[in-house]
Amino acid sequence: MGRYRVLEGVAIADCAVEIEGTTLDDLFETAAAALCEIMADPATLARDRSRSVTLRAPDGEALLFDWLSELVFRKDRDQELYPRCTVRVRDGAGRWSLNASLEGTSIRPDRGGLRADVKAVTLHQFQMRAVDHGYRARVVFDI
Amino acid sequence: MDTARASSSISKGRFLGATCVADCTWEIPISAKPGMQVPARIFATESLLEHMDRSVFEQATNVACLPGIVRASLCMPDAHSGYGFPIGGVAAFRPEDGVISPGGIGFDINCGMRVIRTNLMEADVRPRLHELVQALFRAIPTGVGCKGFVGLSREEFRKVMIQGSRWCVEHDLGWPEDPGQTEGGGCLPGADPAHVSDRAVARGRDQLGTLGSGNHYLEVQVIPPGGLHDPRVGSILGFERPGQVFLMLHCGSRGFGHQIGTDYLRVFDRGMARHGISVPDRQLACAPFRSPEGRSYFGAMLAAANVAFANRQVITHRVREVMAAVFGQSARELDLRVIYDVSHNTAKLERHEVNGRTEELLVHRKGATRAFGPGAPDLPAAYREIGQPVIIGGSMETGSAVLVGTGHAMEATFGSTAHGSGRTMSRTEARRRVVGRALLDRLEARGIVVRAASLSGVAEEAGLAYKDVNEVVDVLHRLDLSRKVVSLTPIGNIKG
Repeated sequence: MGRYRVLEGVAIADCAVEIEGTTLDDLFETAAAALCEIMADPATLARDRSRSVTLRAPDGEALLFDWLSELVFRKDRDQELYPRCTVRVRDGAGRWSLNASLEGTSIRPDRGGLRADVKAVTLHQFQMRAVDHGYRARVVFDI
Repeated sequence: MDTARASSSISKGRFLGATCVADCTWEIPISAKPGMQVPARIFATESLLEHMDRSVFEQATNVACLPGIVRASLCMPDAHSGYGFPIGGVAAFRPEDGVISPGGIGFDINCGMRVIRTNLMEADVRPRLHELVQALFRAIPTGVGCKGFVGLSREEFRKVMIQGSRWCVEHDLGWPEDPGQTEGGGCLPGADPAHVSDRAVARGRDQLGTLGSGNHYLEVQVIPPGGLHDPRVGSILGFERPGQVFLMLHCGSRGFGHQIGTDYLRVFDRGMARHGISVPDRQLACAPFRSPEGRSYFGAMLAAANVAFANRQVITHRVREVMAAVFGQSARELDLRVIYDVSHNTAKLERHEVNGRTEELLVHRKGATRAFGPGAPDLPAAYREIGQPVIIGGSMETGSAVLVGTGHAMEATFGSTAHGSGRTMSRTEARRRVVGRALLDRLEARGIVVRAASLSGVAEEAGLAYKDVNEVVDVLHRLDLSRKVVSLTPIGNIKG
């Protein structure tokens, strides 16, 4: 599993995170975990729902943006959060795609543990790039 | 004058060479950054300026680079860093060669404020305050992914997009006079559901009547002793005497608006090269206003604005139901009239004077409130003589304020003013310094009852994370960008 950290000086009313993964799959999985952890304490979330997602995008950054936006969308449409995601990213000749399995649960305010409601993924300082030991991304979520 | 002293102490590095050009008015010249079309102008005391993070100046000067911008990129005294525009940013663009940008409006399209009067006094409410706050918390969904009580078909939701608050009145979720007490009559013309994605509808259709999270809230407030600054204007608006109770709410278009912002951000990000536009921050992704995608976003954005008006109207309906149940009188008997409802995240076509000529401009306000002066045509008849009510929301610890717009604001800021007190601290830092449960206990001891869906959310919204709302209001009054009418302090609050 990769890691992420909150960047405090970037957008004080919102939430900026830097995410690292050893592989693209790891980066996308860690980014999803970071997003979920902004919205709820993962320890309070069951994994009693399974979903699958397939996405295509013209480049890797667009795919990461769409991936996180898809999870934000499902949070409102389905009232579900996913503390664990398994992602397979493919980069085929300028055509990027992913297949993901989501494990999560319905949002239940009575269980406690809810945090901030992420409204959207912004493009402010948005980036994804290869680094020495894998991949790194920066994402600012609108709170 | 303190501003003159300030000009010599301003660090050019930190403020990008801002100089004091008039009382509480700072300007960053077009030479500060390549591509700036106009200067950036910030309205603030030296102390407020010191509290603004450097990104405010970067973002205000980025906005000054956008095509078709008129006069200046403006920052209100509550400005803080955002994404794309700073929060508290105002910019007007010529429709014929200017742009429209979701980064100048925000994802929460038509996030705004509404204040409702009552004929109750604090002494009437105190004995039932816990019951009232608990009942409001039960009736109005808050927090992550919350769902409302108004189940709508797709076709019915399409009507909400077009009719805004008026749809609510037709469906017994409002009083006939409510839309008239709302900016734009609670229904902005030009909303076009044809340019709204199925995803936006799927995401937002079930959320009418919900508050959301973050800094959104519903508050029970009173006029504190000495808080009625302008009794004549106050009495016209319905602010009559210290101790009188009001309800104030802050929320927007919920997931529907958030998804429209997301959809068009991607469209504009891909399309800028085709229009020969480059921007210093991708969140400023934009399109020429007259382009097909620019017009499409404008129609979809207005649909979200109308949904936001409807959302605040449905919450008002719930508030009236709860108040009637708790106090055993009808909402009419309690005189729960809407004083005003105003947006602080929009772009609107308005007529303003530029170089002695009246022109139509596309005015973006992101975390900035419209503040039209006396005589503005879309004001309720009773307010036409005093100017448009402006609602400045503060933190749950410090209080809020209501002001009125001025003729000077029409000249200086395209009829715009601040929207709140403005954050000075990151959410993480606030959580580090404040324990949510302890803050709730402290507030309770001070007579402020809070119910929240998230304790960490309570910590993030602690008063210490914000500027002093009174300092913001004082500078607005001093610069005649809006005039103080009343201060309001919270006694109850529900939040996400």
